[in-house]
Amino acid sequence: MAPLLTMTGITKTFPGVRALDGVDLEVAPGEVHCLLGQNGAGKSTLIKVLAGAHQPDEGEIRWQGEAVRLGTPIAAMRLGIATIYQELDLVEHLSVTENVFLGHEVASRGFIRTRDAQKRTAALLARLGHPEIDPGTLVGTLPAAGQQIVSMARALSHEVRLIVMDEPSAALDPDEVDNLFRIVEDLTADGVAVVYISHRLEEIRRIGDRVSVLKDGRVAAGGLPAKETDTGKVVALMTGRDIQYVFPERPAATAEPTAGAADDVPQPVLRAEGLAREGEFEPLDLELRPGEIVGLAGLVGSGRSEILETVFGARRPSAGRVVVDGKPLRPGSVLSAVRAGIGLAPEERKSQALLLLESVTRNVSVSSLPRFSRGGWLDRTAERGAAHAATRDLSLSPDDPDRPVRTFSGGNQQKVVLARWLLRDCRVLLLDEPTRGVDVGARSELYALIRRLADEGKAVLLVSSEVPEVLGLADRVLVLREGRVVHTAPARELDEHRVLDLVMEGTP
Amino acid sequence: MLSTATSPGKGSTPPPPEKSKARAVAPRLDLHHVSLFAVLAVLALVGGLTKPDEFLSTDNLQLILTQASVIGVVTVGVTFVIIGGGIDLSVGAIVALASVWATTVATQEYGLAGMLFCSLVVGLGCGLVNGVLVAYGPMVPFIATLAMLASARGLAEQLSDGKTQVVTVEPVLDLGLPDSYVLGVPPLVMIFAVVGAVGWLVLNRTTFGRRTVAVGGNPEASRLAGIAVKRQRLLLYLLSGLCCGIAAFMLIVLTGSGQNTNGNLYELDAIAAAIIGGTLLSGGRGTITGSVLGVLVFTTITNLFALNNLQSDVQQIAKGAIIVAAVLVQKGRTSP
Repeated sequence: MAPLLTMTGITKTFPGVRALDGVDLEVAPGEVHCLLGQNGAGKSTLIKVLAGAHQPDEGEIRWQGEAVRLGTPIAAMRLGIATIYQELDLVEHLSVTENVFLGHEVASRGFIRTRDAQKRTAALLARLGHPEIDPGTLVGTLPAAGQQIVSMARALSHEVRLIVMDEPSAALDPDEVDNLFRIVEDLTADGVAVVYISHRLEEIRRIGDRVSVLKDGRVAAGGLPAKETDTGKVVALMTGRDIQYVFPERPAATAEPTAGAADDVPQPVLRAEGLAREGEFEPLDLELRPGEIVGLAGLVGSGRSEILETVFGARRPSAGRVVVDGKPLRPGSVLSAVRAGIGLAPEERKSQALLLLESVTRNVSVSSLPRFSRGGWLDRTAERGAAHAATRDLSLSPDDPDRPVRTFSGGNQQKVVLARWLLRDCRVLLLDEPTRGVDVGARSELYALIRRLADEGKAVLLVSSEVPEVLGLADRVLVLREGRVVHTAPARELDEHRVLDLVMEGTP
Repeated sequence: MLSTATSPGKGSTPPPPEKSKARAVAPRLDLHHVSLFAVLAVLALVGGLTKPDEFLSTDNLQLILTQASVIGVVTVGVTFVIIGGGIDLSVGAIVALASVWATTVATQEYGLAGMLFCSLVVGLGCGLVNGVLVAYGPMVPFIATLAMLASARGLAEQLSDGKTQVVTVEPVLDLGLPDSYVLGVPPLVMIFAVVGAVGWLVLNRTTFGRRTVAVGGNPEASRLAGIAVKRQRLLLYLLSGLCCGIAAFMLIVLTGSGQNTNGNLYELDAIAAAIIGGTLLSGGRGTITGSVLGVLVFTTITNLFALNNLQSDVQQIAKGAIIVAAVLVQKGRTSP
């Protein structure tokens, strides 16, 4: 059958990162084409190109054999490409109907024909197996699964030929997943193609026709038969990489924590005691010792970042407490955590950590201003000198403390965030996806840096969705699934397949 | 440790245009300020050509500066609030309330010091209410200060019963007379100069200023960096209120009275001056120098139009055009 969609040599570069590097993808009408890949492999960028939200730097897109340019989301929609994003893009304060027909309202002479729209929405919802959803309800009052149905109804309200679904099952219960699969089967029976993204391999086996695996912005394998390909092979394709990360050696002392609780094992600097947040993660006990890197491995939504932010006081725990040097922190207070010597390098560096318009110096010194002030007046020479020393120590490049931080690459921006906490002499570093948006070549340098900081006596709690990163860097690993620690072990006793098995082990 | 030479993305960081922008920001001489000076120079030239005798006379220059002083002090406070990511719509109303309260018969009995004290306390009090509502409410600054605008103006009318309250305290009135000028500089202009200078120092040389920029530029990052964001917001509205109190006293000196219509539309003039001065309405960037220049540009335009007997409607249109032009110029410079 002639392909519906052919993408050839798609390349997309963001400052500092080559997100897609010559990606080819072919989708036939009526097939379920699964996209697999670890976080950062380029799946999201690829579907954004397909949705017209990103413009590729190079490459060709053919739709039913004709070259097309997907310049805007509207252009993609006109062709019949609909995208259901993982983070749903609905307007909470509008009704189900209004959301479904947002942008292409059912109207005559500019007046919305509410009743028609309601009827058509009700029909779509029934087709999706959810006739109980009232088209007049405000979307914000629906549960996550209901919102997903609305999102799908919106896709179907267009003349759709291809639907892209980004981890549609992530927020769903098992019976809702069954319903989702039934919908997918209905759609493909009508000749609609589905590009299906999921981390759950057994789902892909169930509904997929073909599988393409992305890895580091390239296609590791395209169009494999979904049902026949061996799980081990798929995991190997996802994890095997051309670029071998160079992980620093672990010092012998911390790598052998079982050495009979010897005297030379330092006291923990931070303890989390029964720390929990309802709906996000279950009670957790955790000890961090100076010189130790503890890794949290888990999928998106497993509660990794939430744990880090709760330890840091950016989220208020619903139970338990964090104790530093025997003193409990004030729950839900970032100030209390910072004063106790904890620093967070958050997941979203640009929106949560950096003052993008400001210079390196100002970004580094922002948490230590009182150190450089007398009666509120800043000693700017001392400030700049200390910030410069901190960034030079981390080999910031270019080595210019007056440069606006937005002009730096991802890896160097991360160094600026680390320098901020080093300048404050913090003892516990919480690192959330420290290499996100950091290009592959610069990662090894960051790894060496993180290990060095641990060797200098910092306690590090590391979150990463890239399993090799956690295994390569951490001394001890906590594996999380759906807010629960399912396994704890020294990193050297785990391998990537084992961890992936643990975090992806089927639906709950 | 790996050298960065292996990084494939290196070629794309840093893009050349950003580099040149970075260079433009680093030196003290801000391009935007230079262009505002140029606008002032052009205005002076126009004034000198159209009304050579009147425009450049000492009297007229003193008048321009005096008129700029009251709104200028308000603008300094507003600039801080906007850089800190907020907005203060209530400044005009606070000026009105403070000027009325400080000129009641009862307050005037306490003389100059009593009136000044009253102005400042009323300004601070209103700022405190704004700050508490915005920081701890938490309310959207636009709404909270809009409410203050309405109530403060209403309270001012109630207090004064809608009448002009004439000042009888001699020392206050004397401050407005030419006898009190030092080397030809009116005391009000000196107050403006001091407020401007202190504002500049606070913004550029203190932890308070640094935190203001941080909170306005990225409140979430500031919170996660350990800055007390709420307290900072509260302090910013207090500062704006204090500036309104100072401006109210200056207005009393200037007009020899207090009335509830004082400071009408000051909020718009102050915000506009800050914006054409280069302050980002979204927060995180702005300068006191720019705001002061913005005030001077507006006041000079008003003066020029008055000298040439042009109606105020033409004036307003010109102001609008300048705001649009200034923002477009900025957009070209700072958009990421």
